[in-house]
Amino acid sequence: MKYPILIGSAILVTSVLGVPVVFSDDDRNEYRQRSVGVAAVNSPLYKEECGSCHMAYPPGLLPERSWKKVMSGLESHFGDNAELDADTAEKISAFLYKHSAEKSSYRRSRKIMQRLGKNDAPIRITETAYFIHEHDEIPEKMIKGNKKVNSLANCNACHSGAEKGMFDEDGVNIPGYGRWDD
Amino acid sequence: MKNLIMNILTLAALSIPATVALADETSINTLLQQYQAAGATSGDAKRGEALWNKTYTGKAPFTERSCKTCHSANVKKPGKHVRTGKALKPLAPSVNPESLIKVKKIKKWFKRNCKWTLGKECNAQQKADILTFLKTQ
Repeated sequence: MKYPILIGSAILVTSVLGVPVVFSDDDRNEYRQRSVGVAAVNSPLYKEECGSCHMAYPPGLLPERSWKKVMSGLESHFGDNAELDADTAEKISAFLYKHSAEKSSYRRSRKIMQRLGKNDAPIRITETAYFIHEHDEIPEKMIKGNKKVNSLANCNACHSGAEKGMFDEDGVNIPGYGRWDD
Repeated sequence: MKNLIMNILTLAALSIPATVALADETSINTLLQQYQAAGATSGDAKRGEALWNKTYTGKAPFTERSCKTCHSANVKKPGKHVRTGKALKPLAPSVNPESLIKVKKIKKWFKRNCKWTLGKECNAQQKADILTFLKTQ
């Protein structure tokens, strides 16, 4: 019989304090993003250092073991020199490892991990099985043969919400071809 | 009374904002002094411009490399990263007030981009010349 009293007290406290039991727009966006996206990049340092040459890819799209490989080879980073001073490299590594795919509950991160072999450590997001599966029906002329896209690594050429971590099909607009529905 | 007027005039003079400098003269001078300490003579804009446009040989697929490969030949225009296609802001301080501000940033990009373009780090003279060229743009 103790419980009704406890519940009653809780309701009383809630109503006295006026805590509203509604979900804000932020909550809804957060929920939607979790179910269709990947955690958005929230590090100004990462955006500045890594986003100067390419989109600052969300860390939740690769596991920590992949990011470790990327960070240990910056002198020859996909053919470019992307060296960082030790202090900056350490901070960026910490950010990447903390938010890597296996630590995230966002849909895209979970999907990538589900399809990744236990010891696989791809250093390109485009080499993960999940990514390949999601893009295998798109004809080459829309990507490589498309000057405004050029490469699958150029996420935001087609995914209008990429910078915010949103990769749902509704947000896809392929330059020169328009929306994509499969 | 005279003192009071002088005080007011001094205050008025102090409150006039300093002319906004293009680029950051302090940062640039700091670097130019470091280059001289490392053996360079003072920077030469003409030499810098020539170096800017000079082509070097690199590995495929980018066998011809120069500063213009990614930054535009006209530094007042935006560039385009040759590999990723990402737009790069113009380097000329006259059109991009964010350019040439931080010593650390200038050093970082000299190191990375000289290694990619020339195949090795630029020497102090080359850096002094490029910087002197860019700051006048």
